[in-house]
Amino acid sequence: MHFEYTVIEGDFVNAGSASSSVKKTLKQLNVSPAIVKRVVVALYEAEVNAIAHAYGGVVTADIESNQITMRVIDKGPGIPDIEWAMQEGNSTARPEVRDMGFGAGMGLPNIKKNVDQLNVQSTVGVGTTVEMIVNLC
Amino acid sequence: MKLKQIAELLEAKVLCGEERLDDNNDYCFSSDLMSDVLTLGDQNPIIVTGLCTMQTIRTCEMGNLEVVVFVRKKKPTPEMIELAEENGMILLSSDFSMFKACGILYQNGLKPLF
Repeated sequence: MHFEYTVIEGDFVNAGSASSSVKKTLKQLNVSPAIVKRVVVALYEAEVNAIAHAYGGVVTADIESNQITMRVIDKGPGIPDIEWAMQEGNSTARPEVRDMGFGAGMGLPNIKKNVDQLNVQSTVGVGTTVEMIVNLC
Repeated sequence: MKLKQIAELLEAKVLCGEERLDDNNDYCFSSDLMSDVLTLGDQNPIIVTGLCTMQTIRTCEMGNLEVVVFVRKKKPTPEMIELAEENGMILLSSDFSMFKACGILYQNGLKPLF
């Protein structure tokens, strides 16, 4: 099953709608609640990141019998230092992002904690792709 | 502790989920930072927060956190209540400060996660 959602820069009202849709699908597929929570927490963090930091992008989710692969592909500005961004507490979030309860520099580290495989590729001026894989059984 | 008792202790208004006030939950986590709420792993405590935005509801939806107590007189919008209802959540609103609300709940036996 393949799903695709558009993410719009700064659209905090709809932040989480892609994750919500994936959650409903996984529940219908009877995936265990603990795994569903890990999947959607990771995807939601990545979705909020794309809305907060990037010029929009797409979220894709591919569900197979034994795993889900999620990609959040944005159109830039890109992450200059991924290692720095992966450290808890490091953030470049704007004040409005902090007002929404985010921007504490915990997104990428929390994604890492919740997924089985994480791959972040970024080119400054081009964009970032966050690929997350979670085993479903 | 029954949610009904929590609502009484905090003199809280029940905004949705009234039919589930007999449900029990013995754990509580309070934060205005949704990034922290997203790190609770497989635990599903009551959330006490003064952050009253659509993302409060979304974050709790993702984290399977079904009970949210808004403090400091924060009132969610109709859209937030609608999203909470869609997800089977229970929303309470108290005029108390977060410190006072948490103090009362702790004194009456609600437990912290850590």
